[in-house]
Amino acid sequence: MLDTARIRQDFPVLRKTDCGELGIYFDNAATTYKPQTVIDAVMAYYTEGSVNIHRGEYDRSFAISEAYDAARAKVARFIHADPHEIIFTSGATASMNLIAMGYAEAVLQPDDVILTLESEHASSLLPLMRVASKTGARIEYIPLLDGGRFDLEAYKNALHDRVKLVAVAHVSNVLGYILPIAEMARLAHSVGAVICVDGAQSVPHLKTDVTGWDIDFLSFSSHKMLGPTGLGILYGKKALLDQMDPVLLGGGSNARFDRTGQLVLKGTPYKFESGTPAIEAVLGLSAAIDYLEGLGMDAIYEAEHALKARMVQGLSTLDHIVLYNADAPTGIVTFNVKGIPAQDVAFYLNANGIMVRSGNHCAKVLVDVIHTPDTVRASLAFYNTPAEVDRLIDVLRSVTLEACIAVTIA
Amino acid sequence: MNDYLNDPRIHREIIMDHYQHPHNRRLSEDPSYLKAHMASESCIDDLTVMMKIENGKIVDVCFDGVGCTVSTASTSILTTLTLGKSVDEAKAIIAQYYTMIDLKPFDGEVLQEAVAFQNVGKQANRINCATIGAKAILQMIHEKEHHDEK
Ligand SMILES: Cc1ncc(COP(=O)(O)O)c(C=O)c1O
Repeated sequence: MLDTARIRQDFPVLRKTDCGELGIYFDNAATTYKPQTVIDAVMAYYTEGSVNIHRGEYDRSFAISEAYDAARAKVARFIHADPHEIIFTSGATASMNLIAMGYAEAVLQPDDVILTLESEHASSLLPLMRVASKTGARIEYIPLLDGGRFDLEAYKNALHDRVKLVAVAHVSNVLGYILPIAEMARLAHSVGAVICVDGAQSVPHLKTDVTGWDIDFLSFSSHKMLGPTGLGILYGKKALLDQMDPVLLGGGSNARFDRTGQLVLKGTPYKFESGTPAIEAVLGLSAAIDYLEGLGMDAIYEAEHALKARMVQGLSTLDHIVLYNADAPTGIVTFNVKGIPAQDVAFYLNANGIMVRSGNHCAKVLVDVIHTPDTVRASLAFYNTPAEVDRLIDVLRSVTLEACIAVTIA
Repeated sequence: MNDYLNDPRIHREIIMDHYQHPHNRRLSEDPSYLKAHMASESCIDDLTVMMKIENGKIVDVCFDGVGCTVSTASTSILTTLTLGKSVDEAKAIIAQYYTMIDLKPFDGEVLQEAVAFQNVGKQANRINCATIGAKAILQMIHEKEHHDEK
């Protein structure tokens, strides 16, 4: 069991919240709060000499470079990969664009198939759609069960020998279901396809084991796992990364070049990292991983699962609430209030000091599966408390259309 | 009129009524209609407003789509206010509406039921919802004027 009261002391913003200054934060799927140790790591870089990396002539740069490389090794260990398989990008979105442009665009042939899901995030689908239109490949969707649940049988039936790429989120940011990713990888490989996994919503909340699962690519973002913004990770199997060309060229990624344009790139992963990276964010992410590992990913999962169960339990006693994913195990609760647009519900909750997201959560094509254009999403993190969950339920117990309008025009 | 201007209960009722029973909620198949598709970037509101202008007069204006309470009710009210008005009168109404949204003194006689939104400008994050219909109406008027100049 996590000691939430103690944990909340580690987050400056939550210390303020406990004094009633800020509201209840239930938009953790969008980004998480940051603990003091992460903020300190970022600050230390700036206050103790914000020098560039890989300028070994002076001690400070040498030390920062070592810390930077150590962070890469830590990320690798965290997801059970090798450090040479970890590329730093600007976010999960950039990672998925790199897969699309650096990998898929080079290998896909006309009539090859990219197999994906309608619940995928725009940051996964849009790069794939573009690469499909450039290469003449087709996108096919694994049919979801009514309500948006994944069906392994449907996936098996959707696989065929023209499928070259399977692209799925391990955990959906709209519905929070966990896919059987190891089994999916095995099946993808059995038809000769490569599987790339969007881990933006899974890596922060579950144990990740890219080697055990045998997945080919994994994309995720630092800011959704307690780390700084502006930093993402692309994991790729070394053999695949070696075969890929970088999308960006420039300083840092080349071994040498001459005036005639002869270019020799560095090896993986450095060939993908042109230009000065988000150094302070990498150092902050390293502190974030320490923090997560200090709590333990299993304990985090259990805590979030328990909070989610409590929220579902409370909401299901309210007749005016429609729940879309009561049975999803992760901390994402997606619902509507009958007769009130999702946006008005979110504004009403905001007026009552609760931050949630409303909309289609960047998964526009999911509308046809859950039969509603917009939903309210409360997404939990381990630092949320049962009292906060109960407060949400209390506020929703008495919500009416008139009350929503009243807070808007007051 | 004074009741309208000052009573928040009446404001709420006006908005509830226009949200639950929007006026002019339909679209036209007639190709001579102007059309404005407004999809707000906050990714909820997705309304289409259509308008027919004949001899400088708005002979029809209607809308449909998905919207929150504020966007639906404000569009319903503004279509009701501008229907049957001359283009110049409609422009004056919309100008007054924007003045009100800016939290400046406005003419309640001109805005009628739209005064229900007189405080919405205090919520910066709802201004887009409250002006989506106004924006569409102005856009179509400008399109028509631009077209007629050529
Ligand atoms: C499932 C999923 N994939 C990708 C992303 C994109 O992440 P980022 O905006 O950090 O690049 C998000 C975040 O919104 C997400 O939830």
